Amino acid sequence: MHRYVLSRLLGAIPTLFLIVTISFFLIRIAPGGPFDLERPLEAKVMENLNKIYHLDEPLWNQYLLYLKSIAQLDFGPSFYFRDFTINELFAQSLPISMQLGLSALCLALVVGGTLGVFAALRQNRPTDYTVMAAATLGVTIPNFVVAPILTLILGVWLGWLPVGGWNGGAFVNVILPVVTLALPQVAVVARLTRGSMIEALRSNHVRTARAYGLTNYMVIVVHALRGAILPVVSYLGPAAAALLTGSVVIETIFGIPGIGRYFVQGALNRDYTLVMGTVVVVACFVILFNLVVDLLYALLDPRVRYD
Amino acid sequence: MTMTATNPETPAKGRSLWDDARDRLLANRAAVASMIVLAAITLISILGPILSPHEFDTVYRDYVKVPASLEAYPRAEQVEPTFLSVMKRARLTVESYERDGDEVVAKVTSRREIDPRTTRYIDRSDLFKNAALTDMSEDKKSATMRADINYMHFYFGTDANGRDMMTRTFIAGRVSLTIGLLATIVAISIGVLYGATSGYLGGRVDQMMMRVVDILYSLPFIFFVIMLVVFFGRNFILMFIAVGAVEWLDMARIVRGQTLTIKRQEYVQAAEAMGVADGGIVRRHIIPNTLGPVVVYMTLLVPKVILLESFLSFLGLGIQEPMTSWGVLISEGARNLQGAAWMLIFPSIFLTSTLFALNFIGDGLRDALDPKDR
Repeated sequence: MHRYVLSRLLGAIPTLFLIVTISFFLIRIAPGGPFDLERPLEAKVMENLNKIYHLDEPLWNQYLLYLKSIAQLDFGPSFYFRDFTINELFAQSLPISMQLGLSALCLALVVGGTLGVFAALRQNRPTDYTVMAAATLGVTIPNFVVAPILTLILGVWLGWLPVGGWNGGAFVNVILPVVTLALPQVAVVARLTRGSMIEALRSNHVRTARAYGLTNYMVIVVHALRGAILPVVSYLGPAAAALLTGSVVIETIFGIPGIGRYFVQGALNRDYTLVMGTVVVVACFVILFNLVVDLLYALLDPRVRYD
Repeated sequence: MTMTATNPETPAKGRSLWDDARDRLLANRAAVASMIVLAAITLISILGPILSPHEFDTVYRDYVKVPASLEAYPRAEQVEPTFLSVMKRARLTVESYERDGDEVVAKVTSRREIDPRTTRYIDRSDLFKNAALTDMSEDKKSATMRADINYMHFYFGTDANGRDMMTRTFIAGRVSLTIGLLATIVAISIGVLYGATSGYLGGRVDQMMMRVVDILYSLPFIFFVIMLVVFFGRNFILMFIAVGAVEWLDMARIVRGQTLTIKRQEYVQAAEAMGVADGGIVRRHIIPNTLGPVVVYMTLLVPKVILLESFLSFLGLGIQEPMTSWGVLISEGARNLQGAAWMLIFPSIFLTSTLFALNFIGDGLRDALDPKDR
């Protein structure tokens, strides 16, 4: 088990290296530079700036320099947010995005799972159809439509919740972003759970459990759900990585200082180090959560073993 | 047991698996209804802008943010103030104002001689047409101004620039649907070819090809998209071909998995035994047999791409004005939500029902093509 985890983590290093390489050269090919303004800077100023940030050196050298600093977990200074290093920016914003994402993930899992199980138990009956129609709606309505509508109703008309802002993560400020973030995930989780639950309820081990005279609750929660949760787990791996690394839309609409916005801002302003930093962080999350999913699989399904 | 008389001349027509699938799909009421809805939306998007009396980029300065309504504009209480303000702009003094049905009649005077061209001031307003000066007095300092009221309908209201929302929604539909279809076709073509080749060749080539897919997978997708926007910013058709070129990864995986099972089937072995070249087998046997899941995935990819385009437009990276897409309209609507809710509601209805319909068609196709249910 430990050896498996270790080998997976070591195996991630070449992947990360390739990702860093591809994205480093991709963003450098993009036209424009970090110091291009509406009114061009003076030649001397530009020259000095380029010197400080090593932009005057050949691209190959810059790449090696970047690899060296990133190996020491130093993402370098930001080109756009002049007074900050990328590490400082992430130290502020990543915990916020992770808190939001984690809350949304838990909400999606609990609500979506419960709905899915209920729909599966009442297959092809009105409850089932209602839940599934709501789930389809949840998947199809984009969150930049849901967010303003919820804000208008709950924030402006009813005045129950604040319209936006982070406010140090106060509970009332978190509700709307978390709910908007969770809604599409709730829908997907409900659909997945329903599908696999229907299959699990028909399977032999569940029939055996019923034949032993176990209570309905035991049969469903302990025996059927354990197998039925597997597809949900494998879906939640990449989804969790995406949720925890922030959502541009949600952070823009609700004015939350998370990490999601940095992607767009960094790419548009050619803030090379910021873009690279976000790419690396997101990739790490993806790799980590894929590993977690595989380990969870072994935990849930005794037939899966890593020796 | 009864014998059925069979006519040896005309053998009973066999039912192909596609026939069965089609019948099952047509029996699915949600899928059929969705197909009708989708066809209607497509038709409206294609024909609507042609049939609509408004152009999608015409600005009606007198009708900024008017609510959606079945009644014609201008409203009764709107006519007099607008007429008076136009007359003021034309430097004419209104002695008497009278509204006669669909016509406005006013006696006007001026300190200087009235130029017959002043009627243009009225025609330029969106509320009136066919303005005419009659009964000009001897000294040309007083006359009667007549103008017809120009009735217009804004069934979906107008936007913050005074453009008809209905025509804009239809035009946006054209853009969004085209983008969805275009990118999907590109993604499917690349994905199917790549996946089928990789799965069929197998071995080390397969490993290499799939490793490439894995690496591209772990690159954050949005990074890719933003880079594409940076490169192709001004040309959205090119951009979405590029988006399609990024979206093929899932497709490649699905098709590869299918291919792995198909290539062990007897008919593929038979083809191999007959000496058919690899390319021929992939084209003739592998790809046609993977089409089931491909079609299902396609109906789910189109909404994904439409959403992606909307998302980019929301960030301000999408279509440029005055062209528009559902995503652009929705993000504008979200900004004007207070006080102009119709700007959000109508494009949202169109976008959501399209996505809804595509999802149901996808589900229906999956059920129809799923061999487990037979």
